[in-house]
Amino acid sequence: MIGLALKMLFGDTAKYLMLVAGLFFATFLIVQQASVFCGLMRWTTATVKNVGAPIYVVEERVEQANETNPMRDTDVARVRSVSAVRWAMPLYSGIQRVRLNDGSFKTVQLIGIDAASLAGGPTQMLEGNLEDLRLPNTVVIDELATQRLSTDPKNPLKKIKVGDQFEINDVEARVVGICKAMRSFTGGPYIWTTYERALQYTPSSRKMLSSVIAAPIDGMTTDEAAAEIEKTTGLRAYVNRDFGDNPKDFNTATVWWYVKNTGIPISFGTTVVIGFIVGVAIACQTFYAFVLDNLKHLGALKAMGMSNFRLSMMLIVQALTVGIIGFGLGLLATSGFAMGAIHNNQPPFYMPWQIPVVAFVVIQLICMLAALMGIIRLSLYEPAMVFRA
Amino acid sequence: MVDVRAVEKSFGDGPDRIHVLKQVALQAHTGEILMLVGPSGCGKTTLLSAIAGTLRVDAGSIEVFGNALETMSGGALTRFRSTHIGFIFQQFNLIPTLTVAENVGIPLLIQGVSAGRALDRSRAILDKVGLGARWKERPNKLSGGEQQRVAIARALVHEPPLVICDEPTAALDARNGEIVLELFRQVARSPDRAVIIVTHDSRIFPYADRIARMDDGEIVEVRKQAHPQAPHFIHEHAH
Repeated sequence: MIGLALKMLFGDTAKYLMLVAGLFFATFLIVQQASVFCGLMRWTTATVKNVGAPIYVVEERVEQANETNPMRDTDVARVRSVSAVRWAMPLYSGIQRVRLNDGSFKTVQLIGIDAASLAGGPTQMLEGNLEDLRLPNTVVIDELATQRLSTDPKNPLKKIKVGDQFEINDVEARVVGICKAMRSFTGGPYIWTTYERALQYTPSSRKMLSSVIAAPIDGMTTDEAAAEIEKTTGLRAYVNRDFGDNPKDFNTATVWWYVKNTGIPISFGTTVVIGFIVGVAIACQTFYAFVLDNLKHLGALKAMGMSNFRLSMMLIVQALTVGIIGFGLGLLATSGFAMGAIHNNQPPFYMPWQIPVVAFVVIQLICMLAALMGIIRLSLYEPAMVFRA
Repeated sequence: MVDVRAVEKSFGDGPDRIHVLKQVALQAHTGEILMLVGPSGCGKTTLLSAIAGTLRVDAGSIEVFGNALETMSGGALTRFRSTHIGFIFQQFNLIPTLTVAENVGIPLLIQGVSAGRALDRSRAILDKVGLGARWKERPNKLSGGEQQRVAIARALVHEPPLVICDEPTAALDARNGEIVLELFRQVARSPDRAVIIVTHDSRIFPYADRIARMDDGEIVEVRKQAHPQAPHFIHEHAH
């Protein structure tokens, strides 16, 4: 019966292609838009991930990682004084302008880390040594900066290399290393330097400390240490895990802040809903038309003794088949889009396994809905109708 | 045999109610071809549907080879149709996306026969109706007469004890109608099979062993034909 169902499906080429196309577009819209949204949300936590500290201590009103309420330098000592803290270091994080050799300006995300410990430095160096940051007027840049800070970004020969120089707010910066880093939400590349030099690169103000990064003592979890820091200092302490359900996780807090306070989810959500509606409309309408076109034949099968259950299974097999093919093609197209996005470093793209799984379930639900409409129509069809030509 | 007793059937409600079958009684015997004839709307197709187990009657009883249809559940009636009835429809109702042999094998697939065995048996019966060489073709590549021969093969492939035909020549021209009916008589007639044909094509009446005439929901006459024979045209064609 499965063979019979599939031959009936594939034999009606026009409707089969229409069904697959509808589900393909639905899958592509749902998966691609959801993945771009996740990628964008992931970019909002780029500083947290790039610095990679276990605990972030920030001013008590800070709600997300890209918000900077400067703190006093003495807050580093206050955090260090907490018994649950193994170490605590100052961190500067801010957007600055780089002046290139041709006189043009580019925006960068400047990170200043403790010169002695280099805590908060990039986790993966591609060229040069992180320790060279201790030399005068030195910076480590990420891969994106090698292109962005070039006077000719499209020319690979003109990429910024170790040893090249530029200016940050009229202060010389010499590249001593290139590292791998996640791209920032603002799109600017990351530049690491020491905390003291970051203050030189930045127009001065009364309070310059962005946050204090810290680690718990042995035998204590980051959550326990963060709670102890908050209790002792009155500052806010976030832990650094991946996105999840912990409101004290800086990644989670940041993503939820963007979800609640920006129109980004509505924009992407609308497109995902449109994808769903497109899928439902095309799949249901086309499949129903397919059933109506074949009603005479399905009615004949019913008259010849095929049970409603087996006829329903035939329709379900047909719907699931187009669902799987449409989903597969949609996912393939999304993969192509993802490869392009990874190659070009934009748009943001992050596809956790939950997205294709949920999309698959959604697409199959659409197909089941389409099949259900056909099943209802077929169950109302009396086998005796087949004699009324 | 088929035994129809005092069958009543109406459609609609209230003043729109139409009494289609009125105390109909009829028998169809094995080894014979029974034709149900009469003007349009007289209830022929309704009676055929009731005998085939595709339509429930309001009153009376229908017994087909020992099975009392009015006492059977929906599921049992469906299974009964798959094993006991061979159908030939006016518009052939062949599935265009299947090959000729696959179409013929459908009743076997419904019974749970494997696709391979169904194909073998389909090809064997297609040989009998003269289409053995065309088993791989799609129905739309065949003429109307050939399509009806495929439908005959489909109706007989599972060797049902009762074959019912609804206007089998309505979609065929005179020549093809007679050729198909002659072939049908050769392959369908069997001592343990009954055949009921609904028609108002008087040219095929000579093929019947008995003719039951209906009018306004009643059987008004049952006439036996002593020596059913093919009309002149068939003999001329054969020579």
